[in-house]
Amino acid sequence: MTLIEITKIILAILLLLISFLAVNEKKIIKSVIYLSALSMLTVVSFVLMRAPDAAVTEAVIGSGLVTSLFIFTLLSVNKEEKK
Amino acid sequence: MKKTLAFIVVIVLSLLIILELNNNDLFPKFGDVDLTQRVSYRYVTKNLDFPVIFGETQNPESGPANIITSIIVDYRSFDTLGEVSVLFISSFGVAFLLGSGHIVKRLDLNLKPNFMLRVGAKPLFAIILMTGVYITLHGHLTPGGGFPGGAMIASSILLLYLADQQFRAKIKGFKLLESISGTLYVAIGLIGLIFANYFLRNFLPTGTVGNLFSSGIIPIIYVLVGLKVGSEISGIVDSFLTTEEPI
Repeated sequence: MTLIEITKIILAILLLLISFLAVNEKKIIKSVIYLSALSMLTVVSFVLMRAPDAAVTEAVIGSGLVTSLFIFTLLSVNKEEKK
Repeated sequence: MKKTLAFIVVIVLSLLIILELNNNDLFPKFGDVDLTQRVSYRYVTKNLDFPVIFGETQNPESGPANIITSIIVDYRSFDTLGEVSVLFISSFGVAFLLGSGHIVKRLDLNLKPNFMLRVGAKPLFAIILMTGVYITLHGHLTPGGGFPGGAMIASSILLLYLADQQFRAKIKGFKLLESISGTLYVAIGLIGLIFANYFLRNFLPTGTVGNLFSSGIIPIIYVLVGLKVGSEISGIVDSFLTTEEPI
């Protein structure tokens, strides 16, 4: 087994683990952060699978924009609940 | 009990999928596919008898050095038009639900931007914006293109929103830019329909593979798509971060 194959297996296990944590986390903000980490790992796996186009798009949208929109929504919902 | 049941269902479903895809004629192993029998073979060779060489091949059927771009914007350009309209409809929905034409102001989220964020945001804004413009312009040569480039432009706008609590972009200008670029995309398609008999057909000479000014209408369309996506996502970000003024 070469180094890249070992990396791929570790990556796959981490992806499964982090998606499980994202589903089962009680606090929503932590779940959003796990989702962001998941899409960052997906970027690495896209690069290893030689799909740089998909990797660039996933890096910008998955871990950048979508996470920030989730966090803004959570913050504004928390603010409304406090009133 | 519920969790065990869900676990068993997931295991059974994944077993079914794996058993179905194994030894399936339509789904051969990675690397065992005879590409000459597939449609994508034509996309890779660009309908030439000899292999495509970067920087030398003249006037192929489709110009981009990046095969994915030649599929997305040339062979399947109508799909891209559909994708762009899906994004337009979603941004329209967000604007319909969250924003309106009344007096709006920034949502107060009790986020105090610290010194590093306030000072570092402006140079980082320039760097991210230039990266987005570069990726959009070089969509036919390197990985990326209109969609990631436009999303990068929107994330640079998002950085400005984060750094300043009172900042608001000129959303009316973004809306104008978005409608103009969408209209021009359809207009280019109609020019292709009139002069080359097919909607969105490449009617300009494709030039040398690998040059910045090559592959006909593809860089023009990608710049339009980048502007449209960037302004649409900036509008979505603005709708999320503003609220209506209570009267």
